[in-house]
Amino acid sequence: MNNLVDLLSTKIPLGDWVEAVVDFLIINFSGPLNLFSEVVSSLIDGFEGVLSFGHPLLLIIIFVLLAWKLKGVKIATFVAVGFLLVLNLRMWDYLVITLAAIITSVIISLMLGIPIGILKAHNSVIDLITRPFLDFIQTIPPFVYLIPALMFFGLGNVSGVLATVIFAIAPPIRLTALGIKQVSDELKEAGRAYGCTTWQMLYKVELPLALPSIMLGINQCIMLSLSMVVIAAMIGAGGLGEPVLRSLSTVDIGLGFEAGLGVVILAMVLDRLFGRDE
Amino acid sequence: MKMMEIKNLFKIFGDNPERGLKLLNEGYSKAEVLEEVNLTVGVNDVSFDINSQEIFVIMGLSGSGKSTLLRCLNRLNEPTAGEIKLAGENLLELDQEELRQLRRDKFGMVFQNFALFPHKTVLENAEFGLEVQQVDKSEREVKAKEALEKVGLAGWEEQYPEQLSGGMQQRVGLARALAVDPDILLMDEPFSALDPLIKKEMQDKLLDLYYQLDKTIIFITHDLDEALKLGDRIAIMNDGEIVQLGTSEEILTNAKNDYVREFVQDVNRSRILTAEDIMTEPLELVYEQDGPHTALHKMRTNQISSIFAVKDKRKLEGIVKIEDVVTAINQGEEELDGLIQEVSTVGPEDNINELFAQIADLDIPLPVLDDQGRLLGIVIKSNVLANLAGNKV
Repeated sequence: MNNLVDLLSTKIPLGDWVEAVVDFLIINFSGPLNLFSEVVSSLIDGFEGVLSFGHPLLLIIIFVLLAWKLKGVKIATFVAVGFLLVLNLRMWDYLVITLAAIITSVIISLMLGIPIGILKAHNSVIDLITRPFLDFIQTIPPFVYLIPALMFFGLGNVSGVLATVIFAIAPPIRLTALGIKQVSDELKEAGRAYGCTTWQMLYKVELPLALPSIMLGINQCIMLSLSMVVIAAMIGAGGLGEPVLRSLSTVDIGLGFEAGLGVVILAMVLDRLFGRDE
Repeated sequence: MKMMEIKNLFKIFGDNPERGLKLLNEGYSKAEVLEEVNLTVGVNDVSFDINSQEIFVIMGLSGSGKSTLLRCLNRLNEPTAGEIKLAGENLLELDQEELRQLRRDKFGMVFQNFALFPHKTVLENAEFGLEVQQVDKSEREVKAKEALEKVGLAGWEEQYPEQLSGGMQQRVGLARALAVDPDILLMDEPFSALDPLIKKEMQDKLLDLYYQLDKTIIFITHDLDEALKLGDRIAIMNDGEIVQLGTSEEILTNAKNDYVREFVQDVNRSRILTAEDIMTEPLELVYEQDGPHTALHKMRTNQISSIFAVKDKRKLEGIVKIEDVVTAINQGEEELDGLIQEVSTVGPEDNINELFAQIADLDIPLPVLDDQGRLLGIVIKSNVLANLAGNKV
């Protein structure tokens, strides 16, 4: 009896185990980790370079034209007003850094997420394995995986991007898989009856029919990336999150509002540009 | 000439279907196999030949295994055992690549719910089989357009399937199959989702194409009328087995067992029509408040020489004839009441033979009344005669 009470009152050293695993990875996989770090940081730098090339007005004009072409005059006007306001509030440089981090995170998330989603739709074992992982990363407080990211890559935007990818990868995986699973059996049968190869089946039948769902996944991925990029400022990722964090520590309501508004405007612009028309 | 030979074909769904196969060979029934080893028998020891350029109809109720059998023929359903020979080659021995090639070259398939791609235009849908075969764009456009023309859809190329009616969508499905110029058309209840008139039109279209095109057609249906109309030979399936195979005449006159007999009886029974089936809505009626002028006007606009008079809630009063109305108007009569004559009536359940006896020497339509004396519709002599003639089939 006493033994049982002892057993129950002994804390399982789960935290220690996780630490041990992370330590093990850091020591034994420094090569791949460094490579990842190099690739990600050069991606971010590259996008930052492109986005801050020339005068900010040049980029704003490009965005407005893009919005006009994709979504029409109303959205284009909104983009113009929103971005000019950000520029005026002296938040533009932060916005560029945030945008570069988002683009990098979204590209990585989609490059991993969509293929995983496709595999998940076709393979019940992968489906079964990925499900608890997805539940885990979607529900655990996002601050928590700032820590391993920090341990792997130190302070800076690479850690920020890693945390963002983990945070934002679930919707593209889930919605790609869902979209493919929802393709009707009769249509898949039609594909097979006319002699589709597995590959033809995927890109002639399944992906086109799953497209609306995949697009929704991409939209969600962008939105989640944005919200995480702000949180990632806590581990030195820079961008719009930085003034937000600074305003918090100095109780500067004015700065907090201006930076917050920058985040909102960026979010709305991205959503209107890459979202589905409602 | 034989197109396909099917020998001792089995399809059993579930894990380790061999267990079921063993039991079936030992003489267990489909139901017993389900109970013993929890396996579903789709096709149970089926053997038959399909002749070149015939319309071979497989018919049965839902769950009889007809769609499963059809899908075994191009291995969309992998048969558990047996042999399917096409041009001397056993299809069950082909590897995946050979099978794919065979599906591309030999078969075209048409589906019950059309299975058109909503993101592709009519033309792109018709091109699908050729696209899969990697035929180049210009050539497959030409072939797909030809196929669309054959099914009567020229001019609709740029529409999307959802913009088309059901009948037209199935024409696209048919064009998609014809575009690859297959030897064999597999049609899985292609017209079941269509309404009766369109269905008949599509059946005629199919027969028309069949006479032009030298194809072998394997056609699934649950509708005996359709089977009799289209099939050179008909296989009737029940519980995964073929219970009778023969021409329509053989099936109708020489049913092999009770199951088939019941089918055939159903057909004959449904041909006994009642007044309700053939009645039509009267073109126009006169009501209590109408006078002779109104009655005359109504008859003139509808070009009829008599009109039924009803009062509240369509209770039949009788009939008014045009000559009486004209006389009444000339005499300055203002009321219709005196002009209404009594007529003989029938009930909705009266069968067509009784109707014939009553209507033979009438020159006015027969009103059909419910048990409250309300007018449900009218039966016209030409309708009775046409349906009587149809009944002799």
